[in-house]
Amino acid sequence: MTVPVHLRHDETFVLNLGPQHPATHGVLRVKLTMDGEYVVKAEPVLGYIHRMHEKMAESGTFAQFMPYTARMDYLHALAFNHGWALVVEKAAGIEVPERAEYIRVITVELNRIASHLLWWAAFLLDLGGFTPLLYAFDDRERIIDLLERVTGSRLTYCYLRFGGVYNDIDDEFITGARDFIKRLRGRLPRLYHDLVTHNIILIKRIENIGFITSEQCRRYGATGPVARGSGINYDIRKNEPYSVYPEFDFDVPVFDEGDSMARYMVRMHEIEQSMRIIEQALDKLPGGPVMGKAPKMLKPEAGYYYSAVETARGSLGHRLVCNGDKAPYKLKLRSPTFSNLSLFGEVAEGMMLADALAFMGSLDLVIPEIDR
Amino acid sequence: MSGYWSDIVTGGKSLVTGLAITAREFFRPVVTEQYPWEVPTMTPLFRGHIELIGSEETGEPNCVVCGMCQRACPSGCISLDGKKNESGKGKALTRYILDFTKCSLCGSCVESCNFNALRFSRDYNLVSFDKDDFIMDLMNRLEEQNRCKR
Repeated sequence: MTVPVHLRHDETFVLNLGPQHPATHGVLRVKLTMDGEYVVKAEPVLGYIHRMHEKMAESGTFAQFMPYTARMDYLHALAFNHGWALVVEKAAGIEVPERAEYIRVITVELNRIASHLLWWAAFLLDLGGFTPLLYAFDDRERIIDLLERVTGSRLTYCYLRFGGVYNDIDDEFITGARDFIKRLRGRLPRLYHDLVTHNIILIKRIENIGFITSEQCRRYGATGPVARGSGINYDIRKNEPYSVYPEFDFDVPVFDEGDSMARYMVRMHEIEQSMRIIEQALDKLPGGPVMGKAPKMLKPEAGYYYSAVETARGSLGHRLVCNGDKAPYKLKLRSPTFSNLSLFGEVAEGMMLADALAFMGSLDLVIPEIDR
Repeated sequence: MSGYWSDIVTGGKSLVTGLAITAREFFRPVVTEQYPWEVPTMTPLFRGHIELIGSEETGEPNCVVCGMCQRACPSGCISLDGKKNESGKGKALTRYILDFTKCSLCGSCVESCNFNALRFSRDYNLVSFDKDDFIMDLMNRLEEQNRCKR
């Protein structure tokens, strides 16, 4: 027979959330000090899947690190490919043909939609709704099928090359992408918003919960939808434009409320904006080669190089130090979710446990990217 | 009590909308694939594990044992050996082992090959209880393919 535990009224207990927990979507452990149902202190504990990606970059050539970039953020792998390609191209002074830049933008944005759809599905699964997951996976599957046709893989892509892309897109891909956008445009209001966004259970679970102030975002370096949900208008694609993004007309959705609902709405609007970018890119797609001239063995000049890209979760920075050798001397990765997770401890204090989990879901954590 | 009745009304509305959407989707065609009975066709660019390409006439591998694939591989999956041709010109492949347990299917080996000696296979359902099944002898695989062709 189990004997019930009686706590003194001011006594707290420690609850381990993870390392294996369905709501953390990976091996993240959060040490929660609880007072009944209320969180007194939350400490994220990292390191369970640390794979030394920065060290792995130093031990191989520049091209050999490309497949590993996709293993960090497996949901928006193409943006990580893009970030690595950009910084190495900057270091080695490689020109990229215009068609390749457009293809990069199209595939990265398709991947961003897939990432947001998966976040949407997993977030609602955390909140206890299973049905939306199946609808979102139906749409996500179509994107993955499209990308599989051009990249050859379904999730951990290794599609970008220094000086271009691995493979050209064909007419079937273009019509497929247009059909997909038409389909998702129809489904967004009639399925996604009607079923979930306007649903009272969702509103009651995430509205006015998990407030993040813009000052907190700045202090912790939060970026992406987390910062944009707190009224900070910051998107690398607009603020420090790279690739051909300046040629497209798109808005950066910003919400001032700072609660979980605001972050939800930012991502839903970003899906629409990504569709706008893809449409414009498909319309303007120029002809020409998809691979520029790049030496097989890269030996960039010694120096410091930095470039940043906007992934689905925020800004990803690569700081590359070269010493004229065929391998990087040092690579520092600034990954977005690490900063976004750092917020969790401060914001979750005083929340109810169920609210804290809903708040954690709204941060869109991808653990392999935090623990690289 | 404030908001009690309005919550019930909006809650009822959410419930009816949800049920209506579920009912609508119920009559849509099935989107899933009944896997063991229906198998997916792999796209032409699908990246399975690598395999050797044999020459059309003799069936011997096109490989000239230059070792570019071995050097390009980020994970060190490939080990190969060759011996001098009897004519004294070039080398012939004697052993090509792929350690598929380490492979991340990046395709660097296929891209680095200048002699049309490597390609991706179409196999995707690779399952085994034994780790050694994934340490593949690609020479044997090519021989088997040649035998099937005959």
